[in-house]
Amino acid sequence: MLQCRFFLNGYVLNMCLFLYLFTLLTSLCTLSFCLCQKTSRTHVNYEVKGDVAVVRINDPTSKVNTLSVHMQKEMAEVLGEVWSNDAVKSAVLISSKPGCFIAGADINMIQACKSAEEVTYISQEGQKMFEKIEKSPKPIVAAINGSCLGGGLEFAIACQYRVATKSKKTVLGTPEVLLGLLPAAGGTQRLPKMVGLPSAFDMTLTGRNIRADKAKKMGLVHQLVDTLGPGLKGPEERTMEYLEEVAIECARGIVNKKIPLTKEKGMMQKVQDYVMSFPFVRNQIYNTVQKKVMKQTKGLYPAPLNIIDCVKSGVEQGSDAGYLAESQNFGKLAMTTESKALIGLYHGQVACKKNRFGVPEKEVKTLAILGAGLMGAGIAQVTVDKGIHTIMKDTTLEGLNRGHQQVYKGLNDKTKKKSITSFERDTTLSNLTGQLDYSGFQNADMVIEAVFEDIAIKHKVIKEVEAVIPPHCIFASNTSALPIKDIAAASKRPEKVIGMHYFSPVDKMQLLEIITTDKTSKDTTASAVAVGLKQGKIIIVVGDGPGFYTTRCLAPMLAEAVRVLQEGVDPKKLDSLTTGFGFPVGAATLADEVGIDVAAHVAEDLGKAFGPRLGGGNPELLKTMVEKGFKGRKTGKGCYVYQPGLKSKEVNMELNDILESFKLTPNPAVSSDSDVQYRLVSRFVNEAVMCLQEGILANPVEGDIGAVFGLGFPPCLGGPFRFVDTFGADKLVEKMRRFEDVYGNQFTPCPLLLDHAKDPSKKFHK
Amino acid sequence: ILSLITTCLVLLTAKSKKTLAKPGVKNVVLVEGVRTPFLQSGTTYADLMPHDLARAALQGLLHRTGFPKEAVDYIVYGTVIQEVKTSNVAREAALGAGFSDRTPAHTVTMACISSNQAMTTAVGLIAAGQCDAVVAGGVEFMSDVPIRHSRKMRKTMLSLNKAKTLGARLSLLGSIRLAHLSPELPAVAEFSTAETMGHSADRLAAAFGVSRQEQDEFALRSHTLAKKAQDEGLLSDIVGFKVPGKDIVSKDNGIRPSTMEQMAKLKPAFVKPHGTVTAANSSYLTDGASAVLIMSEEKALAMGYKPKAYLRDFVYVSQDPKDQLLLGPTYATPKVLERSGLTLADIDVFEFHEAFAGQILANLKAMESDWFAQNCMGRKAKVGAPPLDKFNMWGGSLSLGHPFAATGCRLVTTVAHRLKKEGGQYGLVAACAAGGQGHAMVIEAYPQ
Repeated sequence: MLQCRFFLNGYVLNMCLFLYLFTLLTSLCTLSFCLCQKTSRTHVNYEVKGDVAVVRINDPTSKVNTLSVHMQKEMAEVLGEVWSNDAVKSAVLISSKPGCFIAGADINMIQACKSAEEVTYISQEGQKMFEKIEKSPKPIVAAINGSCLGGGLEFAIACQYRVATKSKKTVLGTPEVLLGLLPAAGGTQRLPKMVGLPSAFDMTLTGRNIRADKAKKMGLVHQLVDTLGPGLKGPEERTMEYLEEVAIECARGIVNKKIPLTKEKGMMQKVQDYVMSFPFVRNQIYNTVQKKVMKQTKGLYPAPLNIIDCVKSGVEQGSDAGYLAESQNFGKLAMTTESKALIGLYHGQVACKKNRFGVPEKEVKTLAILGAGLMGAGIAQVTVDKGIHTIMKDTTLEGLNRGHQQVYKGLNDKTKKKSITSFERDTTLSNLTGQLDYSGFQNADMVIEAVFEDIAIKHKVIKEVEAVIPPHCIFASNTSALPIKDIAAASKRPEKVIGMHYFSPVDKMQLLEIITTDKTSKDTTASAVAVGLKQGKIIIVVGDGPGFYTTRCLAPMLAEAVRVLQEGVDPKKLDSLTTGFGFPVGAATLADEVGIDVAAHVAEDLGKAFGPRLGGGNPELLKTMVEKGFKGRKTGKGCYVYQPGLKSKEVNMELNDILESFKLTPNPAVSSDSDVQYRLVSRFVNEAVMCLQEGILANPVEGDIGAVFGLGFPPCLGGPFRFVDTFGADKLVEKMRRFEDVYGNQFTPCPLLLDHAKDPSKKFHK
Repeated sequence: ILSLITTCLVLLTAKSKKTLAKPGVKNVVLVEGVRTPFLQSGTTYADLMPHDLARAALQGLLHRTGFPKEAVDYIVYGTVIQEVKTSNVAREAALGAGFSDRTPAHTVTMACISSNQAMTTAVGLIAAGQCDAVVAGGVEFMSDVPIRHSRKMRKTMLSLNKAKTLGARLSLLGSIRLAHLSPELPAVAEFSTAETMGHSADRLAAAFGVSRQEQDEFALRSHTLAKKAQDEGLLSDIVGFKVPGKDIVSKDNGIRPSTMEQMAKLKPAFVKPHGTVTAANSSYLTDGASAVLIMSEEKALAMGYKPKAYLRDFVYVSQDPKDQLLLGPTYATPKVLERSGLTLADIDVFEFHEAFAGQILANLKAMESDWFAQNCMGRKAKVGAPPLDKFNMWGGSLSLGHPFAATGCRLVTTVAHRLKKEGGQYGLVAACAAGGQGHAMVIEAYPQ
């Protein structure tokens, strides 16, 4: 099993967090059909309750509300009427959608812009509108239930008062940075004033979602409202009404001066304000944040730096300068390839969260997992809390105990973070059965095997399982390299056999690669995708073949990394070259995390299947390392030496002797830092393109998503296919030809890549 | 026409005479029910222990009935917040009250329906032919609750017991930090959700759109009716209690009819600042105990006792402890009526436990709602809400007080007394309890 343990890495890179958060951003975009009816409003409406105008937002064309041009136009009209109506003393702003306040600005609106100036204009319009709201003569209370993100949050913080429900769905945040953008409707200006400089940087630079209770503590919302159970109506409906009632009372309270808008500052706040009043302190913060960002992004992402710049301008030079910096930087950012790549990933990720194979005939209610190792228990972890009865079977009590502990720990950590209660933890765990035999398998709807990567063992297991499972039960293999059809060869019912390749650690890595053979039925695929989606995975469905898609792309890159090591580049340098290109984890660290033995195994398997084309460095090097016990992190030694409790790691000096015996003389023509980077990346990319060419991949979108979310391909490049589009296939081919001259066919560009090189109008993404 | 009227009359009389006795099931009767005065915790009872209160109720029962101690087959007693020294408070109280040491006693707990559970346990013992006379009851003593050392401290102290050398003991003592010293207080909160009951009641009231004014009005009604009942001497289940070193207590002390204006001044107690549940429209922490004598009808008659009422069908229900924590009566009422073959209109006397005014009103609204019946209870239609002129007419837990485990017996005894006073035939008791549970029982008047 390929174990890309990015997250357990000592120095968890923020890029991973970045990827993780990225997918939390599930609802920022919608298609905006402009149903421009002049007579009646479709997106924003209001009614006057006593002396309070209740303004309701509801985009009829989508599940979520976005600040589209249309929405903004109607909002401006409605607010105009509210302000001019003398009977109205205050207003409440609320969404009619239960799970969403406003999920952000309309991405398509920004993508449709051709120039930075156009985007800057959009930002300025937003700024103006929110400024009007901020200066509203009648207090406006934002009543928040569900996602309040990006432009939605900027809208809310422009209002005079905020009331939010305690629902788990209620999250506030500025995720723009995850799209390579910045909060451009006053967000970078208002947040520092509202929550202080450190929190404002935290919010805008990480884009993380903030739950209601935390938001209250930070001062982002003023009042919280409980969620209600069923009463005379459904719980969600009644909760919304209750929120509205409370918000209306607040609005009246503000008008009657019963609720003060300025809160008495606490001692801590006063101290903080005092400290912050020194320019020296503020500069120190800017510098620290800047350094941290540079360290984490290697300067590959412009948005965080721009955000710092905007905040700084506003705080140091006044709001005019701040707003100007905000809108101009926003315009610039929207035109960057990084932003386009990230937005592309966002769209791709949304697409990979859908089941294009339809609804499966039978819902999986009982899922059995064979093997309670890191992978097996990881799969159990993401399954058991989805209301699926999970059976975890192992061959030894020790193995089972370890796996059970892993599942418990995963849930208990959530309890410690207070995202679930101890009671929820216990009821969830009651869904898990650990056992050494096949009892209960007669009720299984799906079996996922996560046993040792050996075809003979897989065959033995499939036969044993098929003797006990019901006819409808699906058999899925969590293999990272063995072709599914070879595994299915031992099955009596190959139409029910499928590959489900999870990435380690399963609870953190979001990708699931599903592999279908010619014989896999459509319903089996639909069912596997449905289970994966339930587990919260982003799914790519690929064709069968050695290494499928992800492992196959990674193999040549790792082979090249071995050659680079043989040529005398030390592991630290190799890591910095790869992270410098945007990979969240360096190649040497990655090999240690994956396991040198696994890498050797995969290299051998794929080497057999694809011949020398997939070679690179000497595979004997890896074998020698394995023989010496340098299997990577799990054995404490690999390219690096790992000491428990120590975060920093040193290069494994004993490796030098091995490297010395395998030493190659580098060719100076292809050994500059940049050349080494492109040698690694071009092999990855070429293999990806070849997978598309061979039909292993259904489309470039899945290729990009798989590479970024499964293998950590630089998100700022958007995946191998977008990289080819942006970088230019011709330029890439040119580089590869140069490498080919030295190393031979391992660098021969595949025909599809050549097609794109010949015709610059050919793009993988439109 | 005349014949029609006659038929109607015949039908009516026939109906009023229908008894709920079931073939093959023993008739179980309530012979007597008593309670100590219910006092706000921290007042006159403050220095007692729970079993003292229980003793007072048990002695009062013996005294009032003149029942021979040795004829008591069994004692079942309820309690919620347990005094660890008297964990089987039933036995301690029985011994102290002078019951025979040959009468076994056990303690039950089911939150606010603990004494209901004690009574139905008694009913079961009698119906099964195991016993003929069982004393049931419940006690709650909130003036003193077990406050524990922190878990860390307890662990240290337990290890200290095992430490053999002085050095080991000193090093354990040295490990005590300031954090060890913070005590663990019991809370009226759900273990499963960590939500306090008042908070849940406030959310429940909001879910059913019960306003602050409605709640205050209901609370005022409860206090007014309780005061009236007290003044008219209707609370005859009370037995006076001579508190050692203090005066004889003979009256409940929490009945305080206020005015709407006064009540409106209070701030919400749980959900701040916009909640509706206040100290004035909630039941308060109370000390008190109750006891009833339950017998098989034949034995009671044979011993020359005139029963007060038949204890008929009963049900226990449970539901979501988060969002439906206090909706027990809504779920239990239609179920117990169906078991008895009655409709809501057949019931002459309702006694529901009033945990919070908002909770009662939410239950009434839920029972009146087809939507709730269909979507939450899986029933075809609503059961209907009890008419208020038959409902808790002598006050309720809001005004009389609510010693958790003693309330159930008060409800049943009150139904029996009201049936007699008002000339009704059937009564219904219903109550909610922590854990999202509930109970209801049908009580039939004993023929005069």
